[in-house]
Amino acid sequence: MDVLYQVFVDPFVQMGAMPDLLIQVIWEGFVSGILYALIALGFVLIFKASGIFNFAQGIMVVFGALSLVGLYELGVPAWLAIVLCIAIMFALAVTVERVVLRPLVNQPDIILFMATIGLNSFLIGFGESVFGGEPKTMITEQLGLPTGSTAVDVLGGRVIFQHLDIAAAVIAALMVAGLAIFFNKSKIGRALRAVADDHQAAMSVGITLQQIWVIVWFAAGIVALVTGIMWGARSDVSFALEIVALKALPVLILGGFTSIPGAIIGGLIIGISEKLAEFYWGPLVGGSIESWVPFFIALIFLWFRPQGLFGEKIIERI
Amino acid sequence: MNVMVAERPQPAPTDERISSEVILKVDNITLSFGGVKAIQNVSFDVRRGEVRAIIGPNGAGKTSMLNCINGFYHPQDGTITYRGTPRKQMRPHIAATQGIARTFQNVALFRGMSTLDNIMSGRTLKMKTNLFWQMIRRGPAENEEIEHRKVVEEIIDFLEIQEIRRTPVGRLPYGLQKRVELGRALAMEPTLLLLDEPMAGMNLEEKRDMSRFIIDANEQLGTTICLIEHDMGVVMDLSDRVVVLDHGELIADGTPQEVQADQAVIDAYLGVAHE
Amino acid sequence: MLYREVGDLKTSYRADQAVLTITQERYGVFLLIAFMYLVVPLIADDFWLNTIIIPTLIFSLAALGLNLLLGYAGLISLGTGGFMGVGAYACYKLTSYFPDVNIVFLILVSGFFSAAIGVVFGLPSLRIKGFYLAVATLAAQFFLTWAFGRVAWLYNYNDSGAIDAVNRSLFGMPLTEPYGEPWFQYLVVLTIVIVLTIVAINLVRGRFGRAWMAIRDMDIAAELIGIRLLPTKLLAFAISSYYCGVAGAMLVFLSLGSAEVESFTILEASFPVLFMVIIGGLGSIIGSFLGAAFITVLPVLITTIPRVFEIDVEAATVEHLRFMIVGALIIFFLIVEPAGLARLWQLAREKLRLWPFPHD
Repeated sequence: MDVLYQVFVDPFVQMGAMPDLLIQVIWEGFVSGILYALIALGFVLIFKASGIFNFAQGIMVVFGALSLVGLYELGVPAWLAIVLCIAIMFALAVTVERVVLRPLVNQPDIILFMATIGLNSFLIGFGESVFGGEPKTMITEQLGLPTGSTAVDVLGGRVIFQHLDIAAAVIAALMVAGLAIFFNKSKIGRALRAVADDHQAAMSVGITLQQIWVIVWFAAGIVALVTGIMWGARSDVSFALEIVALKALPVLILGGFTSIPGAIIGGLIIGISEKLAEFYWGPLVGGSIESWVPFFIALIFLWFRPQGLFGEKIIERI
Repeated sequence: MNVMVAERPQPAPTDERISSEVILKVDNITLSFGGVKAIQNVSFDVRRGEVRAIIGPNGAGKTSMLNCINGFYHPQDGTITYRGTPRKQMRPHIAATQGIARTFQNVALFRGMSTLDNIMSGRTLKMKTNLFWQMIRRGPAENEEIEHRKVVEEIIDFLEIQEIRRTPVGRLPYGLQKRVELGRALAMEPTLLLLDEPMAGMNLEEKRDMSRFIIDANEQLGTTICLIEHDMGVVMDLSDRVVVLDHGELIADGTPQEVQADQAVIDAYLGVAHE
Repeated sequence: MLYREVGDLKTSYRADQAVLTITQERYGVFLLIAFMYLVVPLIADDFWLNTIIIPTLIFSLAALGLNLLLGYAGLISLGTGGFMGVGAYACYKLTSYFPDVNIVFLILVSGFFSAAIGVVFGLPSLRIKGFYLAVATLAAQFFLTWAFGRVAWLYNYNDSGAIDAVNRSLFGMPLTEPYGEPWFQYLVVLTIVIVLTIVAINLVRGRFGRAWMAIRDMDIAAELIGIRLLPTKLLAFAISSYYCGVAGAMLVFLSLGSAEVESFTILEASFPVLFMVIIGGLGSIIGSFLGAAFITVLPVLITTIPRVFEIDVEAATVEHLRFMIVGALIIFFLIVEPAGLARLWQLAREKLRLWPFPHD
């Protein structure tokens, strides 16, 4: 009886008893949810346009952030470092397209997926040898990102909002809006959507398959860079981020692999429920349950909707 | 265009090959996908031992009908009565255990396996040795494997595909793949064999061979056959009775001669022969 | 002309279905096994046994397990590390509850615990396929590594959180690490691996192997010929996890001597074993061995070759190079030969069969 009470009643009582704390936890979840969503966004971009599940997205996030910090430490001023980083992500996109994607262009998806696993491994090794393995601090102030926090009195208590977190939310929203406009309104964006369905049709717009893939990987690279900056600003930049990036997978499960709004909503659901679970139920079993709770949430969703929340129902025809 | 395939005499009313027992009966089957009605209120029956053809223009619902019969699609309305048991829906596993086997329009073979393994997989339901013996292999498991291998080899001889026994089926030309698929279906020793366009994409010789196999399966093994086919020559020569579907509805049901002369069928599908 | 099958005709299905159909191959394999049992313990030094041969054999078993699941049944699993860990921790608990029972027996029993957990986490495969299933196995992986660290009962509430292999003997001689002699540990590991490999070969040749491959290639058609999808998939999870569990138990008790959560994480175990399976060849038993050998030997090569030229390579660089080379090789293999080392091996055999003629 006692256990039942602890699991099913107590946490909710705690939530009600200190509503300001509840809001704080929800806000924390909201912010990490946005960051998960950004990582998922990179996956979605590449998958939407090429049908490839880019396992290396997480390492691209780390890579982008590390390049930025690395350049700054070499003495390059912040604004120039950003420009160079964008160039680096572009170079990465071009290299990946030529070395990995082009030779494998007609292979089944599972082969391409495994190739991105190989790419992931390669970038981990390469990144570590170039930048070293110790965690680094993100150059937050130099980038002009706000620091400090605001305390808001609410519901008889107090909630603290980090300015950085607010900035992250705003930047994410801008990026999503920008991408949505790009995909829906621009010629290139429409071509990218066409490519996912039909290579020939896409090429008739006047852009080659190779160019499309470079563009898409570059866009995903920019998203990865921004994500890396925001993540790095909140906690240090290290290769541990690579594992955190795997959390994007449950986000993709919920939001579907091809939906930009799905990635956002999925990210928020995962982020908030993970934090709530950790804070109110975690202490019952020794903590750290946020390492696996998102996957179980995804699992439960998948059981009832095997195609994810936003995915298309898979109708197999023979 | 009348392709001269293997000629067979038309069945006399007291033909022993076909019994009066109805092995499959579909009543008022209606199947929709979203808003699209694939099959509307279709009813017909199949007698044990006969060769029943289903014909009609593309999109008429022929493949969907077969899919309902072996449980892949579930009709919204209607009853499927197989071997005396009426069901609202068939399940794939029940279809398999009750003796329904099938080939597909787009050849549903297991591409990573050889011809031999594909046909052996058709013997799945007949293989009983448990996990323990399978792990040891020597003894009951190996003996059972050899016993079924003998049956499979007979099928391979029957279909004249000895040379490609070990070839991974993904590498075979389309015509041979269809033969292997027939072999896999026959390996199940089915009571009812559903064939979805078995001659599609074949040249004249291949069609002759395939017709011969189908006739032999029907006459020698006693298998009831229900086939979808576009080649009217094949339909005329092989089948005992024909069902004609158009836009999901049944527009004719009778012997090949009756159907060929039916005005509705001519309008919808056959056209008029130029003398 | 040495290696050929011309004139070597089979007169029965039994002979035709044997694993080694070419006479020279049969002799070759017997020789190899004899070599491994009689010669290797005499000529291999402790370094070779401990750093290369024993880990290769152990990881071959894990790779074999994953290959059955992924290569034969087509079910993506990223939970290999977790299942290996279940075997290891189960063995640890079994040795504390049953101090008098034979350790080899306990190692083989601990695999069943992995199998049970594997079945539980395989249940989603009823409705979930492909990448989605990979996410379900990630749930298993992360949950299990969390449990290994947090559920103190698993490591007998000791302070370090690590599990140590206790001193156990076989036939009167100490066996477990670090008490046993390497050559003795090697022989025990070799025997277990050979027996389980024979079981795997038998399963794959028979109706279960065909059922798995059918599900992998087209599960709808598999259903329609009477294969029951869920029991067959669960069997794949069970057997695969059993192999990974035994490998995990052997890893702790016959190789490392002790282990922590880190030995079974996704980076330390799940990914390396996946690489072994990809590079070695999906759906190939010998591929599992080739892949495991490759991945295990690689770091040793990276350190030893420069030493020949008297360049010292520091440990960190070895790690980095390992990741880079493995990653690059995966991409290389996928472009050049997606069926991995096993296919290259097969091509070599075919060339040898025809030698000195250029083609059939």
